[in-house]
Amino acid sequence: MSSLTHPVTTGTRGRGGPSSPRPRRLGRTIGRSAPLIPSMVLVAVFLLGPVISSFYGSFTDMSLTGSAAAGAKFVGFDNYVQLFQNPDFLQSVWLTVLFLVGSAIIGQNVLGMGLAMLMRHGHAVVRAVVGTLVVTAWILPEIVAAFAAYAFFHDKGTLNELLALVGIHGPNWLYALPMIAVILANVWRGTAFSMLVYSAALTDVPDDVTESAEIDGAGGVKRLIYITLPMIRRSISTNLMLTTLQTLSVFTLIYVMTAGGPGTKSSTLPILAYQEAFKFSQLGLGTAIATILLVIGAIFSIVYIRALKPEVD
Amino acid sequence: MKRILSALAIGAVAAAALSGCSAGSGSDKVIKVAYQKFGNFTQMDTQMKSVAKQFEAQNKGYTVKLVPIQASENDYYTKLSLMNKAASTAPDVLYEDTFLIKSDADAGYLAPLDSYVKDWSDWSKFPDNAKQAGEGENGKLYGISMGTDTRALWYNKDLLKKAGVEVPWQPKSWQDVLDAAKKVKAAEPGVTPINIYSGKGGGEQSTMQGFEMLLYGTHDTLYDSSSKKWIAGSKGFVDSLDVIKEIYQGGLGPSVQNALDPNFGNTVSGQLLPQGKLAIDLDGSWLPQNWIKSGAAPWSDWNKVMGEVAMPTQDGASPGTTSMSGGWTLALGSKSKNKDAAWDFIKLALNKKNSLKYDVSATQIAVRTDVASDPTYTDANPTNKFFSDLVKVTHFRPATSVYPKVSNNIQVAMESVMTGQATPKQAAKTYDDALPDAVGGAKHVTTK
Repeated sequence: MSSLTHPVTTGTRGRGGPSSPRPRRLGRTIGRSAPLIPSMVLVAVFLLGPVISSFYGSFTDMSLTGSAAAGAKFVGFDNYVQLFQNPDFLQSVWLTVLFLVGSAIIGQNVLGMGLAMLMRHGHAVVRAVVGTLVVTAWILPEIVAAFAAYAFFHDKGTLNELLALVGIHGPNWLYALPMIAVILANVWRGTAFSMLVYSAALTDVPDDVTESAEIDGAGGVKRLIYITLPMIRRSISTNLMLTTLQTLSVFTLIYVMTAGGPGTKSSTLPILAYQEAFKFSQLGLGTAIATILLVIGAIFSIVYIRALKPEVD
Repeated sequence: MKRILSALAIGAVAAAALSGCSAGSGSDKVIKVAYQKFGNFTQMDTQMKSVAKQFEAQNKGYTVKLVPIQASENDYYTKLSLMNKAASTAPDVLYEDTFLIKSDADAGYLAPLDSYVKDWSDWSKFPDNAKQAGEGENGKLYGISMGTDTRALWYNKDLLKKAGVEVPWQPKSWQDVLDAAKKVKAAEPGVTPINIYSGKGGGEQSTMQGFEMLLYGTHDTLYDSSSKKWIAGSKGFVDSLDVIKEIYQGGLGPSVQNALDPNFGNTVSGQLLPQGKLAIDLDGSWLPQNWIKSGAAPWSDWNKVMGEVAMPTQDGASPGTTSMSGGWTLALGSKSKNKDAAWDFIKLALNKKNSLKYDVSATQIAVRTDVASDPTYTDANPTNKFFSDLVKVTHFRPATSVYPKVSNNIQVAMESVMTGQATPKQAAKTYDDALPDAVGGAKHVTTK
């Protein structure tokens, strides 16, 4: 086993390049980071600012109408207490995690990786056709993709028409199986991104490493687990994080397909936040949900960074 | 979430900008008028265009910027509130639902009109209940009524006859209504027997045309106006939800998926009723606005095919029938820089001539006494008399600023029952549990 991993380690260490401490290092560091200042200001204004205002807003009774709209009061943890006592909220957390795991972590990642690997060995024509089809879903604007998915899963939509051709009476997907429908739709829409990331990563795995593993007698599965995956784990981590954050904030797709319904059966946190803030006018409560969403995203990001240690080699 | 927030904010701003208010920044003499335009409801748009022309002709130098908000009912309120939050987007004149006046006045979006109506000779033409409809919780006046409405059962005479129900139909209780729907179901498979609006998609339409038309026919109400307390745990609440369950889970109503579509109200008035696919519809007095010549779905035979009958009380108890009334007003934005000119616009829009035109085209129940007695109005629509007479048994929604929040909870309860997620008892309990939060504390709630 060590003979297999050895070249990998030296290979990457070499890429890091030599760096020896020099005098006046501090001044140089400051000088070097000066060009970063404009982008840091932008990040602070457009990312940190909204995060802080969302955090603050979640502690107020800010509202769209009624006396609270005239001047919001600080209400402490009231919004959070109210949320955690609300079974709808707890259900939304569960649905969000289900949507995330089902569509992003398992669906998009595994399918994207699978497609990327199959396409490496596929015929050029097959590659072009499959690649185009998959990427088409991804380049569609979200609202267009959402309507397409709605038309596909609708009771009298394409899917059920196709099923009817082979004599199967399909269920009313959007009504009877809303979570399955939105998860499949999000897999369809997002797989291309993972596929592109993994395609790029796989071309970085040097052929000689794979070959020597093959000579050492490692079969396909072993090569995948011991060679390919460890070598592309940076891409895995980055991709997991990006797809997770993207999927956590999916709103248009679900809103167009099911609007969170029927009832609350597909009401993920973004849908619930929208409902509380803009349908029920409780901006403060909606912001509290958004803040919790932010925290969930942060937790997943930390887990990926820790578990896959993309920065350490 | 941030994306949604900003998308909506941008959407609201863009809506305002697209309709031309960007020119407003340059000139002070601009009156911005915000109103709803959605689906079959285009009468307000036509009316405001005509009033804007008259206003600009009479007030040289002023420009009227119309901001038709293209959104379903719930989204309209949201977009209007978002516009109201910032001075740069807040409209000068707003088309405002009476049920939101108290809440929006509390929010500081509306300017009081008392000093203006003092010098308005037409004000004496408005009856007291119409004046009260525009009052805020502090007793000040915030909206001038454009017209009111009542609600009742519309039914397709042919479909009911075919199903063996005697026409003219005279249901005496909820059971009679459901029995007729069951007969239609048995006799005519392609027809939806009955529609009662329900769920979050319809917004206030579900609460008012649907739930309250039922609840206010029981011995219970939502709110005890003498003790100023909201009522939890009433039998009428559960009984009303039982009807929703029977209709949607019992296969008497439209499919739940269709009924939850925010656009469903347009489908009912524009397609299902004219095409003879819906037998009974619990709906508003304004439906003919779609079917008259100037409407969105003209239907010359509508008065021959459709009949209307008052909604019976649950068990026929006195007074035997029930109805609900609301209505819309024109209000003055508190952030307006041209309040006097904006008031002139409201005055002009609601003078006798313009009120008459609007009440006829949008089939409103006229509030101005001079319009109500005008032959043009009384002859315009054969159903005017029937719906105006319902005013005798009608109810108004609880006049408090928290009502919109309660209404949301009712829609949640309805939706959980119609989708089968909860039984009527469970849904009523969820409503009871959420009530204190919605109305500002348990001290405002009484449990039966």
